[in-house]
Amino acid sequence: MAKLKYALYTGCTARESTPELLMSTLAVAKKLDIELVLLDEASCCGASHLQDFDDFLSLVLNARNICYAEKQELNMVTICNTCQLNTVMTKERLDRDEDLKSQVNEKLAEVGLEYQGTSSVRHFLYAIIDDYGLDKLAEKVVKPLDDFNIAAFYGCHNIRPSHLHRKHNAVETDVGEGGGEEGFENVELMSKYNSGENPYNPTSLDRIIDALRGKSVDYESKNKCCGFHADLQAPHTAHKLTGTALLDAIDNNADMMVTPCPLCHLNMDVKQDSVAKEMGRDIKLPILHLPQLIGLALGIDPQELGLQHNVSEPTFA
Amino acid sequence: MSSERITKKLTFKTFRFNAETDFLPYFKTYEMEVGKDELVLDILNRIKWEFDGSFSYRRSCRHGICGSCSIKVNGKPVLSCKQNVWELVDIFETDTLLLEPQSRKRVVKDMIIDKKDFWDKHAELKPYLVAEIDEHPKEEIKVSPHEAEQLLEADYCIQCGNCYYACPAVEVNEKYFGPAQFAKAYRFNADVRDNAKQERLEKVREMGPGVWDCVKCFECAEACPKDVDPIEKITKLHNQIFEEGLAQDNVATRHAVGFKHSIVKHGLLDEGELVRYSEGTLGVMKHLPEAIAMFKKGKIVMPWNMPKSKNLDEIKTLVKSSSKVKF
Repeated sequence: MAKLKYALYTGCTARESTPELLMSTLAVAKKLDIELVLLDEASCCGASHLQDFDDFLSLVLNARNICYAEKQELNMVTICNTCQLNTVMTKERLDRDEDLKSQVNEKLAEVGLEYQGTSSVRHFLYAIIDDYGLDKLAEKVVKPLDDFNIAAFYGCHNIRPSHLHRKHNAVETDVGEGGGEEGFENVELMSKYNSGENPYNPTSLDRIIDALRGKSVDYESKNKCCGFHADLQAPHTAHKLTGTALLDAIDNNADMMVTPCPLCHLNMDVKQDSVAKEMGRDIKLPILHLPQLIGLALGIDPQELGLQHNVSEPTFA
Repeated sequence: MSSERITKKLTFKTFRFNAETDFLPYFKTYEMEVGKDELVLDILNRIKWEFDGSFSYRRSCRHGICGSCSIKVNGKPVLSCKQNVWELVDIFETDTLLLEPQSRKRVVKDMIIDKKDFWDKHAELKPYLVAEIDEHPKEEIKVSPHEAEQLLEADYCIQCGNCYYACPAVEVNEKYFGPAQFAKAYRFNADVRDNAKQERLEKVREMGPGVWDCVKCFECAEACPKDVDPIEKITKLHNQIFEEGLAQDNVATRHAVGFKHSIVKHGLLDEGELVRYSEGTLGVMKHLPEAIAMFKKGKIVMPWNMPKSKNLDEIKTLVKSSSKVKF
């Protein structure tokens, strides 16, 4: 197999409040011999909030980010669910609407760029599953996680809306005529034939936990919202959503939680004290970024994975 | 190929409760052979007709139009008359399906819930055309195809409530209008014949009940059986609030605008400055305990170390030339 190589769109959080996400992503990529080219030119994706204010500006900025992956003829990977969704929402709109695309390209031309739509955009999690492969990942495990009950927290923007997830995150595979033995023509059925997942029963993180030989926790909140995007304007809503998910994991015997989204991570990891006040119960649960969890199982040094930056101290590592 | 009818033996764990006689809800299980074409509504009918005549649920048109038969199966909101049962078996990889009402806390009997809050909030946003109508017009009011397209399919809503009872903001904040309500407000705001746009925007811009409390989880988009995509309409309402100059100066609007300020300065988002700008210098104090915890762990970037995007000049140029909205 040729060496895997991607353009990495880090997003803002990995450069600021979750440095451990970037550290662990790079460490895991190195260990798996995956080459990641940092897109240092990229700007913020707008995180849906710029979109609320100035939609067109957000399209231009996100298109510019994709241009830098296209210029290097690389597919883009993201490490933040919200970056992933906002980038593919831009891509989808530009790829479907020639008129909009030319309006955006008119602006991009001012800085010598052109959006073409040639690079795919996927969360790194799906590149690991589909391009690298879970069997190969399992072979690399030197410290199996079999002592731990691990609660997977998926994060909204990687699984919903499912039509975007299926089109961009999942590898499209030929499912044959009619889509299945009974001849269903329902797209939801297709999810089981590729790495795409159903938002009501997502499995990717649980499959990774399985490959790392941990025990995954079955709990209802795994595909629910942490409330991050309303943190400032509706703190009670956000705290209740974060708290409900954390307590659900704790009540189902989780030793730790893992998430592919740094925004979920911020709410779950940093806000445990204020969330505990809102919920009227103690909350203490180590929260890991997905590459931190993978890195531990691959035997990478916890310092290199940035575990010293986690507020909810993962004392087991 | 055998022409024999193929069925699957499935178990339906079903929520039962009668608010008039029961102290607590309970579950009853019904086992049956289910064919590949059977819908959830067929199962509800069979429970009533073959097992227990007292089992209650709403149904009417059976054609995905009336919006009365929605329930949740294994947590997935479904319009019973459109949802194939085998497909659910496939999604959840199980032969046991949990049938429950859209909202347990609103149950009247079994699958039937009290939708009063849904309808009250719906009515509050004037879900109808507000216009001075000339009773003896000389010619009809013309709406161009382009103008009609601006409704973005928001008028396909059948008020089934799938999005409303899937919305986590509704779940924890009883004042919050909810996705179906916003989609309807957008539907009439986008109608060129309507005159109540400003009145609706003044309601949906309020913190607490309004669009700013949306958590952006996309549960509504996923739950809708008619592809109305309520969150798209919620975003459009945000845009209208700014476009119409009706944005109040508060933490929510500053939070949206603050992104642009950061991007033009650094390319990336200055997280600390965004919180300070959104909350104001006094308001930011309430985040101090978390800020200290983050600082101790090396999670706070000092202003003088703020990373910047490469080729920042390009970003500045694009922000200048592409900005379309003012605050």
